[in-house]
Amino acid sequence: MWVIYKKELTTFFNNLTGYLVLSVFLTVMGLFLFVFPETSLLESNFASLEPFFEMAPSLFLFLVPAITMRLLAEERQLGTLALLLTKPIDEMGLVIGKFLAAVSLLFLALVPTLFYYITLYFLGSPVGNLDTGAIMGSYLGLLLLGSAFASIGMLASSLTESQIVAFVLAVTGCFLFFYGFYFLSGLPVFFGKWDALVQQFGMDYHYHALSKGAPDTRDLIYFLSVIAIFLLITRFVLQYRIRS
Amino acid sequence: MLNTMVHKKNFEDYFENLVQGMLKPTINPFQILLNLHFQHKKKSMSVRVEGLTKIYGEQKAIDKLSFQVEKGQILGFLGPNGAGKSTTMKILTGYLPPTEGSVEIGGFDVQANPKEIRRLIGYLPENNPLYGDLYIKEYLHFVAGFYPIKNPSARVSEVIDLIGLTPEKHKKIGALSKGYKQRVGLAQAIIHDPQVLILDEPTTGLDPNQLVEIRSLIKALGKEKTLIFSTHIMQEVTALCDRVLIIKDGKMQANDTLQNLQSTFQGEWVTTVTFQGLFTLEHFKKIKDVQRIRQIHPDVIQVITAPGIDVRPLIFKQAVKDDNIIIGMQQDRRSVEEIFQKLTGSDIQ
Repeated sequence: MWVIYKKELTTFFNNLTGYLVLSVFLTVMGLFLFVFPETSLLESNFASLEPFFEMAPSLFLFLVPAITMRLLAEERQLGTLALLLTKPIDEMGLVIGKFLAAVSLLFLALVPTLFYYITLYFLGSPVGNLDTGAIMGSYLGLLLLGSAFASIGMLASSLTESQIVAFVLAVTGCFLFFYGFYFLSGLPVFFGKWDALVQQFGMDYHYHALSKGAPDTRDLIYFLSVIAIFLLITRFVLQYRIRS
Repeated sequence: MLNTMVHKKNFEDYFENLVQGMLKPTINPFQILLNLHFQHKKKSMSVRVEGLTKIYGEQKAIDKLSFQVEKGQILGFLGPNGAGKSTTMKILTGYLPPTEGSVEIGGFDVQANPKEIRRLIGYLPENNPLYGDLYIKEYLHFVAGFYPIKNPSARVSEVIDLIGLTPEKHKKIGALSKGYKQRVGLAQAIIHDPQVLILDEPTTGLDPNQLVEIRSLIKALGKEKTLIFSTHIMQEVTALCDRVLIIKDGKMQANDTLQNLQSTFQGEWVTTVTFQGLFTLEHFKKIKDVQRIRQIHPDVIQVITAPGIDVRPLIFKQAVKDDNIIIGMQQDRRSVEEIFQKLTGSDIQ
């Protein structure tokens, strides 16, 4: 598993995907938070990172599939999957190794944004007047959300040999899981009766719950189960579909 | 279900070594036992295949294949394209599950012990898949990482030397010629010094010089390992193999040593005659002892007779009588090519 993890992480930074993802994420975020007046932290009257955590999921919606699309689709296309799966590693090790590499890249993208937090910390009046708990919760939520997107991306990547198809599938899947259930709950069938329940299937519900600053185990369990389910399906696909 | 002969042999070795150990007290007896343990491991590295069948939907890709290969043997797996060679090899490595039947490598069942099997075998898949954007060393290090190798860097350099990759060792895999790519494929297969090597068409697409080099590599590797390789090139089999397995449409057509195969099929001799200009085919058919004649080219015929009968003088006399000009005449026993054609009913290139 760690062999795969190490290889994927070096590959990210060898073929520039890693740098590209990091720079796109940080540039776009930087522009929105410090340059564009509509959403600028400096123009706002509150010392809050809320605009960052509102925008980050939309950006992840495209960036995470871009990271994960290569992971399995390329192995299938090159034929190297047959090579890897005849080495002493099982499908789960392969899937988890690659998944963790993608998550590590996301983590690396988030680390520099702590700079925003520090900026706000000193901008506050008085200094340090900031809801640190909510921010930490939001960071946790963002990382879990990114990981869940990555697990969807892994599955999409295992289904096809084409990276483009994997990307489109992953974006669609992430979108449906993030916003889909919220929109679904507005359907007349559910509205008024089941809408609250339907919303709870969506990622945005749990993401926003975490950003309130009081991490609830239910939200953690939700994200971890989504990740586990998608990774297990990915393993299943590798085991049965490709090898039959 | 190990071969009892093997056990007996080991037992004898054990005593021999023990006696030697007593004669040379400086040698640690534990070391001897340890060596024997590994020796035993190496000796039983046979591949046994029993009633292997693979069905894709309605189609039988392979049908009840059974064969066995021992350490130090090279088995050539021969068949026209689409005969089921790659499928069989994928099952041998545990990558594909068989529909029926079993594969046993070194005493381990492939389906029941995937981890052990994967350590034992080295596999070069069909079309030699590689990561073009990695450097040779980088790639071999990556592959070495899957195995418990004590000093990976030393092993990687050793394999690079052994396989003859040294002049190109600083290049990216994508920048290599086909022959060198094939070497990288072989290098990754032997990085952990496996006892069993499974090579799927290791020589496809190589130029004649590369062919000779890769073949001599395979020959060298086959001396100490159990080696199975597939090909659709005949000369390869004659050049390398101890045993030949010919399959067609997933069914076994032959499984024998090369010599046996040749002598079985030497039921007839073939005389190839090349004419210049016209000749009357019918006259040659009437020659004594001629079984039949094949015209393989407007100017070339093949006269087939029972073994031990040399019809060349008679052919020559007939030609003189008819005023035909013969510019070439050669007598052959059946070649491997013809055996292959006869068994698979297909043409070779």
